[in-house]
Amino acid sequence: MTDKTVHEEPKSPAPRGRARRKRATALAGGDKLVLGLMLGIPTLFHVLLVWLPSLGSVALSFSSWDGIGGFEDIKWVGVQNYVDIFTHYPRFWPALQHNLIWLVFLLVVPTTAGLFLAVLLDRKLRFGAVYQSALYLPMVLSLALVGFIWQLIYQPEQGLLNNLLGTADSDPTNWLGDPKINIYAVLVAAAWRHTGYIMLLYLAGLKSVDPALKEAAALDGANSFQTFTKVTFPVLKPVNIVVLVVTVIEALRAFDIVYVINKGRNGLELLSVLVTDNIIGESSRIGWGSALAVILLLISLGFIITYLYQVFSKENRA
Amino acid sequence: MVRYTPSSQSTNPLLGRRAVLRGLLMTAGIAAVPGLAACGGSDSGSSNGTVTFGNNLSDQVPKDAITAALKGFDSDALKVSINTKQHEQYQEQINNYLQGKPDDVLAWFAGYRMRFFAEKGLTGDLTELWSGLGDNYAPALKEAATAKDGKQYLVPFTQYPWGVFYLKSVWTQRGYAVPKTLDEFVALATKMKADGLTPIAFAQKQGWPGMGTFDQLNFRTNGYQFHVDLMAGKEDWQGKKVRDVFDTWKRLLPLHQENALGREWQEAAQSVQQGKSGMYLLGTFVGQQFKGQEDDLDFFPFPEINPEFGQDTVEAPIDGYMMAKNPKNAEGAKKLLQYLAKPETQLEYLKSDPSSIATSTKADTSGYTALQKKAADVIKNAKHITQFLDRDTDPRFASDAATNGLNAFIQNPDDIDTVLKGMADQAKTIFTG
Repeated sequence: MTDKTVHEEPKSPAPRGRARRKRATALAGGDKLVLGLMLGIPTLFHVLLVWLPSLGSVALSFSSWDGIGGFEDIKWVGVQNYVDIFTHYPRFWPALQHNLIWLVFLLVVPTTAGLFLAVLLDRKLRFGAVYQSALYLPMVLSLALVGFIWQLIYQPEQGLLNNLLGTADSDPTNWLGDPKINIYAVLVAAAWRHTGYIMLLYLAGLKSVDPALKEAAALDGANSFQTFTKVTFPVLKPVNIVVLVVTVIEALRAFDIVYVINKGRNGLELLSVLVTDNIIGESSRIGWGSALAVILLLISLGFIITYLYQVFSKENRA
Repeated sequence: MVRYTPSSQSTNPLLGRRAVLRGLLMTAGIAAVPGLAACGGSDSGSSNGTVTFGNNLSDQVPKDAITAALKGFDSDALKVSINTKQHEQYQEQINNYLQGKPDDVLAWFAGYRMRFFAEKGLTGDLTELWSGLGDNYAPALKEAATAKDGKQYLVPFTQYPWGVFYLKSVWTQRGYAVPKTLDEFVALATKMKADGLTPIAFAQKQGWPGMGTFDQLNFRTNGYQFHVDLMAGKEDWQGKKVRDVFDTWKRLLPLHQENALGREWQEAAQSVQQGKSGMYLLGTFVGQQFKGQEDDLDFFPFPEINPEFGQDTVEAPIDGYMMAKNPKNAEGAKKLLQYLAKPETQLEYLKSDPSSIATSTKADTSGYTALQKKAADVIKNAKHITQFLDRDTDPRFASDAATNGLNAFIQNPDDIDTVLKGMADQAKTIFTG
């Protein structure tokens, strides 16, 4: 009997598969029920709260509807909304551009600064905990509040910045009112908050790096810069993925800070603002707003999928 | 979109506590959208002896004023229950509010903005009620309360005109005279500039005050009917007539206060109040920034541009009340609307908030302030009354295309063609009917 199975196995893979399946399902009824519930309930919620609304938005993006009445009032217009948005909507391209500037800026400045601060804090400075909490504090504040704090700083006549620069009386720079510079002024505020977050992520990553690795590098004669670039940073790879994904999401969903400052007008347009402007309000253009939301979704998916695909395909090869 | 906020007294709107609250409320408003249906009529009592009243006058002064005005309605048999919502939020949520469980009687504005919802069948027909109100209102007001189907859907309550405001003391001291034509207006403004004043105060941060400037220039140049047709999407934004308006505006822009996009109207009004600016085009609610100086404040209708139309049109938005489509207490709702149409009720309201005037022709104007008397006069003598850009056109056009188009123009007045093309293109996608 045992011989037979041993001999049979290499010949035909089918029984092996059957055997494996048997093993996989070899769970007691109670376990199956628990597993089913544990998977089923989140799946149900996920489908109900994530997939249905997303697909609903995609469907509505092909319609013209003012949000009044039921399904029978929805007029289907095909890709008209998309065509109009790309060709007739003056706020669309600036908004897209601002979102991309936002993304690049967040990827470069707060990430570098956060990593730098994390490395410094990892060296067990005196009062390290104090610095750490001070730098992380902005993250606790909502972006809306951050926007308000920075409005005080950027105010042309009474604001802190112009007074420090000594330009408050003579020729005050209108940091938030001048459409050429206000996006960068706001980005500084957003980065101020985001840096603390990135710092914390990296700090957690650094704490988990095995000190033996650094010790070994030191024994091999590496200086601290080499140790960091050649040993520590590569080990932080999982953190880098988290940071990237977090930053992309943060950049594309940016909304509250510009909405607090000037409702996202006059140089501070963002896709999220356009979605809100069109969907929420006295008379909404649900189809138009949904089309904008779908464009935003596609951009997010583009970034995330490309990156995850690269990361995982490299990992599989390794 | 965001209309005036009576009693906004924060000396620095950017830094004021009110601004923070407004910001927080706005954010909260967005978060609260899914729960909107629950907002309406949450405290609407099921008993037959209560009428619910949707109130958008959320600032303290007008809120107290409307509360005082409604006090006289309460009797043992019928009581009114006031449900107040933050002013800007009320407007942003009106769509969901009307489709959910609206209050029996609710605040709204006359004009296209009212017709839009009336035509969607979201508010109650008040024609029957109006047959008993006929002589209480001037024909122009009845027209403003009438939808395309010829039925009435609104009971007017208060009204305020737009004009060019100035301080009498400053003008007498410097020997300025009220200009009658555009040329005189420009000459006066140029003189003010030479005298070291900012001729015309201007603020566009809230997105709507510039619409008032556009409206004045438009109906003075092209007349009332063109205003109506343009707002209804029947005229071309790229046409010569609109182009003329923007050319005139461009000529006047150097006489306006700079950096308007970063300023709120309260700040612009204060610059007049401090004698730094010569004049300011706004609604009479500007008086809220002149507390204690009301007697010194005066205004004149925007000067003539095209002799064909003279000064025949005045912009005088009407605030009023509508009835829900299916009020829980229909009888009570009608009684309350009748009560709101009474001159006594309107005067009672104006006692606490004298920044507008009563709409009832029967209202006794002897108690009016000088400014109110003038406002009443200007409205009475006007041949045509407009509401306001954002009340006279499709809200979808006003809130996005118009606001951002005007902002783009103010930011870059040399680029009128691009701005007008953007507005025209959007008008075509919105006014498809």
